[in-house]
Amino acid sequence: MAETRIETYSLNFGPQHPAAHGVLRLILEMSGEVVERADPHIGLLHRGTEKLIEHKTYLQAVPYFDRLDYIGTMNQEHAFVLATERLLGLELPPRAQYIRTLYCEIGRVLNHLISICSYIFDVGGMTPMLWGFEERDKLMEFYERACGARLHANYFRPGGVAADLPQDLFDDIGAWTQTFPSALDDIESLVTENRIFKQRTVDIGIVTPEQALDWGFTGPNLRASGIAWDLRKAQPYEVYDQLEFDIPVGSNGDCYDRFLVRVLEMRQSVLLIRQCLERMPGGPVKVDNNKVTPPPRAEMKRSMEALIHHFKLFTEGFHVPAGEVYAAVEAPKGEFAVYLISDGSGKPYRCKIRPPGFVNLQALDMMSRGHMLADVVANIGSIDIVFGEIDR
Amino acid sequence: MTQALKDLGELIAAALPQDVRRAEVNRVGELTLDVTAASILSVLTFLRDDPACQFKLLLDVCGVDWPGRDPRFDVVYHLLSMKHNQRIRVKLATDDDSPVPSVTGLFSSAGWFEREVWDMFGILFSGHPDLRRILTDYGFEGHPLRKDFPLTGHVEVRYDDEQKRVVYEPVRLVQDFRSFDFQSPWEGGAPLPGDEKAGGRV
Repeated sequence: MAETRIETYSLNFGPQHPAAHGVLRLILEMSGEVVERADPHIGLLHRGTEKLIEHKTYLQAVPYFDRLDYIGTMNQEHAFVLATERLLGLELPPRAQYIRTLYCEIGRVLNHLISICSYIFDVGGMTPMLWGFEERDKLMEFYERACGARLHANYFRPGGVAADLPQDLFDDIGAWTQTFPSALDDIESLVTENRIFKQRTVDIGIVTPEQALDWGFTGPNLRASGIAWDLRKAQPYEVYDQLEFDIPVGSNGDCYDRFLVRVLEMRQSVLLIRQCLERMPGGPVKVDNNKVTPPPRAEMKRSMEALIHHFKLFTEGFHVPAGEVYAAVEAPKGEFAVYLISDGSGKPYRCKIRPPGFVNLQALDMMSRGHMLADVVANIGSIDIVFGEIDR
Repeated sequence: MTQALKDLGELIAAALPQDVRRAEVNRVGELTLDVTAASILSVLTFLRDDPACQFKLLLDVCGVDWPGRDPRFDVVYHLLSMKHNQRIRVKLATDDDSPVPSVTGLFSSAGWFEREVWDMFGILFSGHPDLRRILTDYGFEGHPLRKDFPLTGHVEVRYDDEQKRVVYEPVRLVQDFRSFDFQSPWEGGAPLPGDEKAGGRV
């Protein structure tokens, strides 16, 4: 009998699909059940963040960074405030640095929790999602107690952080670090050695180290491919060079390794949070320079100069000396960077945001070719994408 | 670190004398190479493959608009070398009708970055396999990150209940977009009337 030739056909996946992690629209060229080509159509959540930032002062630009990757928000603010501080040449007080490191690691756990739990949900496990969200809610409470918002923090400011934190908050975070590892153990006991989960993820979407570099991978996706590269170790910022932690590295670069790397990173983050709490120094949380940071409220009631500083800061904003800088941080999803050009005025001339998810999603086509349709879902979940930052 | 970058800049400038116009380390300690548009492929190949460079990771490609300048645009590449733990920035200048050679053949990650630069600035890339718009809407016109593109855009979208479809209409603002100028006149702005009497002491 003659072989029947199967014509390829296109399949529209998303933008409203529960496994699309937001508003991903994929045009899939299918040959039967096998993917020939995956063409992501992005930009459905494009809000013109970079354009808007050009029309705002440096201080007004910070909240836009919360709305990029809305899962672990303070990590994004961090890149922008680091860029601004480098142009201004500011040295931060140690307490501000420790608080930032503490909240960046909380952000990392927040991100990885939703990342792995929704991933497991995509490939068929519902319970971890419910358990993970319980832990996430506790962390968002810590966000709320620091800045009043559960997600859109606007807490890191050029020159420090918005407000000092009370000791009882640190105590509660410390108590959480005692209970969280066992919650993570519970989640892992359902998944890590689960036969169905392993069938869906092991050897799916393999990315070799060469491919990972070629496609510009950073963060957990790069480390899962076996390259030990972490900006917290290689180009330390804030106080990471004083803390002890390990970098988990995968060996196969498949979906399963990307999952494991994230789980191990959360355990390292808990260690980092504990170290930050133990070493938390006293002192101010912002630089003592009222040209950049606002004076305390009480002083404004008595001092004319403080009042003028406050007024000028929140209308005109501070002036950043002309120049350009590329500031990168190890955000939960990879290297999140801000390329900032200042023309010496109170507004950024150009603020390019380098989102890790954008680069990782680009490789989806390479990862999915030759796989089945269901594996595309596993691949999307494993590269950890959030459309707020991809579409900007 | 700065000294190492200075040395690296000199090494690259010496190896590619025709291509690299300038190599300098700025005040925040970042190395920038100024290259010609035609030589971007040879420069990036050298940066990727030379044992002293090993910039294997293309992190970012972006455009910058300088409306008053000729040529008008900058295209900026950021690279990272994990081997030597160094970063480098490569810059070239172009205008809106001379295409820049695409670097997708060297780094696959450049594909979407160049699409984004085309979408946002209208800078063309020659040899790009798939130079479509990426972030803006289907059928969008204009290049939004150019400085002469208005912040409010040109069209707005709504669902029309009578036509049962989404319609595009010109932007109608009840009130004009207000751009407040809070810039202090006494802090490095334009010269004020009477400044000439101070004889350069302001």
